[in-house]
Amino acid sequence: MESRATRIGLGIWVVAVLAFLYVPITVICLYAFNASNVQSWPIAGITTKWFSPAIHNGDLQQALWLSLKAASLATGIALVLGSAASFGVHRFRFFGRESISFLLVLPIALPGIITGMALNSYFVFWRFNFGLWTIVIGHATFCVVVVYNNVVARLRRIPGSLTEASMDLGADGLQTFRYVTFPSISTALISGGLLAFALSFDEVIVTTFTAGAQNTLPIWIFGQIRLGQQLPQVNVVVFLILAVTIIPVVLAQRLTRESGILRTE
Amino acid sequence: MAAGLDPTQGLRSPRQGARRRLGGALWRRRWLKGLTLLAPPVLAFLVVYVSALVALFISAFWTVNPFTGETIHHWTLDNFRELWHGAAYHDVALRTIEIAGAVTITDAVLAFPFAYFMARIASGRVRALLFVLVLLPLWASYLARVYAWRLILNSDGLLNWSLHKIGLPPANIAYTNTAMWIVFSYIWLPFMILPVYASLERIPHSYIEASRDLGGRGFRTLRSVILPLALPGIVAGSIFTFSLTLGDYITPVLIGGASSQFIGNVVYDSVNGSGNLPFGAAFAVVPVLVMGVYLVIARRLGAFDAL
Amino acid sequence: MTKRMWALVATMAVVLAFPAAGISRQSGGTLNMIAWEGYTQAQWVNPFEKSTGCTVHAKYAGSSDEMVTLMRSGGGSQYDMVSASGDASLRLIYGKDVQTVDPSKIPDFKNFGKAFQSPPNNTIAGKHYGISLQWGPNTLLYNTKKVVPAPTSWSVIYSPKYKGKITVPDNPIQIADAALYLMKTQPSLGIKDPYELNQAQFNATMSLLSKQKPLIKKYWALASDEIDLFKNGDAVVGASWPYQTNTLIAAKAPVKDLVPREGATGWLDTWMVSSHTKNLACAYKWLAWVSTPKVQAEQAVYFGETPVNSKACPIMNTLSKGSCAQYHANAPLKYFKQIYFWKTPIADCGNGQKNCMDYTKWQQAWTQLKG
Repeated sequence: MESRATRIGLGIWVVAVLAFLYVPITVICLYAFNASNVQSWPIAGITTKWFSPAIHNGDLQQALWLSLKAASLATGIALVLGSAASFGVHRFRFFGRESISFLLVLPIALPGIITGMALNSYFVFWRFNFGLWTIVIGHATFCVVVVYNNVVARLRRIPGSLTEASMDLGADGLQTFRYVTFPSISTALISGGLLAFALSFDEVIVTTFTAGAQNTLPIWIFGQIRLGQQLPQVNVVVFLILAVTIIPVVLAQRLTRESGILRTE
Repeated sequence: MAAGLDPTQGLRSPRQGARRRLGGALWRRRWLKGLTLLAPPVLAFLVVYVSALVALFISAFWTVNPFTGETIHHWTLDNFRELWHGAAYHDVALRTIEIAGAVTITDAVLAFPFAYFMARIASGRVRALLFVLVLLPLWASYLARVYAWRLILNSDGLLNWSLHKIGLPPANIAYTNTAMWIVFSYIWLPFMILPVYASLERIPHSYIEASRDLGGRGFRTLRSVILPLALPGIVAGSIFTFSLTLGDYITPVLIGGASSQFIGNVVYDSVNGSGNLPFGAAFAVVPVLVMGVYLVIARRLGAFDAL
Repeated sequence: MTKRMWALVATMAVVLAFPAAGISRQSGGTLNMIAWEGYTQAQWVNPFEKSTGCTVHAKYAGSSDEMVTLMRSGGGSQYDMVSASGDASLRLIYGKDVQTVDPSKIPDFKNFGKAFQSPPNNTIAGKHYGISLQWGPNTLLYNTKKVVPAPTSWSVIYSPKYKGKITVPDNPIQIADAALYLMKTQPSLGIKDPYELNQAQFNATMSLLSKQKPLIKKYWALASDEIDLFKNGDAVVGASWPYQTNTLIAAKAPVKDLVPREGATGWLDTWMVSSHTKNLACAYKWLAWVSTPKVQAEQAVYFGETPVNSKACPIMNTLSKGSCAQYHANAPLKYFKQIYFWKTPIADCGNGQKNCMDYTKWQQAWTQLKG
């Protein structure tokens, strides 16, 4: 095993990195209680007066709801298309197999502004109405690869013999999928889906181009940052979202931990 | 009833029906099954995403009427000529690539020891906790986190206040490229930690033991066994950090100073300010080419298996 | 496996159920408008929504360029109204992005000062393409504690005395400010109008801006950028809008602003209606609402600009003592003539010559200046 000094050293490094990661987040949460609407250090005073206006803010509610809808739909599409693609690539050998990975990773590898511009012109050309579905399409492009990667990585670790054994025992395709394959990839789907949801929920660059006059939450936040009048409301929202999402993130972590049956060591 | 199936164990004779026939047909004609799996995602991407991209880059060869905003569908290389001859555009492109590279290296350095601890030293509960702690910042809005950095780096901000308290001179890094480097490294760090962790976790312990048996001390094992095996993960993470920095325009607006324009800013101003989509598309060719080269190298290094 | 499925479903349900609380409240129509920061404050938007049933959604833009692009985005069908300044209005009119409006439907139109009823930036050949809203100057903002003595000239943002603590807008139209400065300080260049510059005058202006660049801390693109810069000590002097001054003073920052002796560029804003709007009724209600003396006064005092409705003056004084005189709402014409209002530069110099720099050249030069 690693020497004690190494372990202590690494432990200190981990704490330092965590501090780096969480100082700004602490700042955000602290300034949700800022007495002034202009952010400066040190904090002008502590108050909870921003919580009520933030929760009752109609624009904010609409933006949050739109973000949730778009992220759910985009994640749903990503789960279906991403798993289909991963099964196709994993199980079959054919010409151009590697280019599929390349194709799917493009939306994340290319700058978001290019995806945004391209889709915007595309929607205008085909006279699509800008709205929820244009936002969802924009998000789905980069969500698919996140699910795809997770599922492909998991599929590589599942012995192919499991499927064959299931078929030998008389299960048809759908039964095999439901009782054998799906359970073994379910945790990959969960972690991939959760990451895809997070990416979509927080996305602002592509959404600027694919949303019409609607606001998703990040776009609303940017509008508030521009205005500079109600910044603490932004902090309140982020603070509440963080508090709420601890639950699904911890839950997902506990679920994905139990993949011991597939450890190939 | 088929012989050998014991109903008391819950085994039933397989139902003959359309589902089974379909399943059988797909099993026999494997290519059909592959096609039904691959067609939807690939077609969706080709029809929507790729054709949109192609259309965008075709428009780089057109121009725009400045007063009315109408596109003039007349083929010309004017946009590219202007980019080639404009020293400012070269500066912007170089600056973007340099900072993207610096951010990638910084994140790799920060992430590797962290991921190593997470993957190989931490106990199960600590690892779970670290996982949650790394993922959680992704749920705090990117914009809010960047804006919080403004508060930290400002002239009268948290950083200078802390430096003052311990007697050091103030760091005047607000609204500079240094500030952007720090903020970018911060924002993309979880994207680097996760793939590196995944690849480190996959290294079987037997490899480390074998290396030790062969006489390798800690550092030698690290260099010859662990790093090469972790490299795909590092490269995979670097795809994220590099490309996300390369294409960003929001952090330069919020954190950057007078000479901090990124490619994304010029493209954004071109499209949303000047209404000149063709010119924006022309300049956008630069990050596409850079990422194209990067992806080819990354694939060689096995990153696609480690994303 | 069932347990996991249920856990997955439960997670999704928790996340999705969260703010499903009442969302659509669309009894009247919805107006999607593009507005300058500070133009759609709750103070006058909420009473409007209550009394008309129309809902207002604002998208903020910080430059006329952005407004033009937003207005044209999505085939021109995304936004219903825009508060366009003079350097956007003509582009929108010629681009057929806005429709004519009938001033007879606006009861307060007759109370507008004569100069604001049919200004050339929104009225062409007698056809009105919008209703004038408010106007004001681009001001010189400075920190009263750090900039001593108090400045009286734009020269303070071109000199190295406050190097690294200066900020100006990130907007190609800012070139006109530099041209205005040269117009007054170097009359030999022959600049008569800061928006009409021939090649030699343009080069001289860009040269001045290049010399200024090392002094600049940041080119502010968002109004809050400048507010943060001044509040947190990163800038002590710069070009601004009165909106930032008012916000900073409310946040107890020691700042003041003025129109220096060389004069200033400025803006005359018009609410325009999209050619593709589906909410014409609500649009007219908004036009009527913002033209009333009370709303005119509220907006003028909040943002720090001058209303076009001559009846707004006494109400301004009740909201903020002396504001009517402070923003010249009582004797507007003399002050009006000192301001060089934003307009889109075109090649036609207006004096028979056609060799002036058009706006594309301004935009390219500005991008290259920032580098």
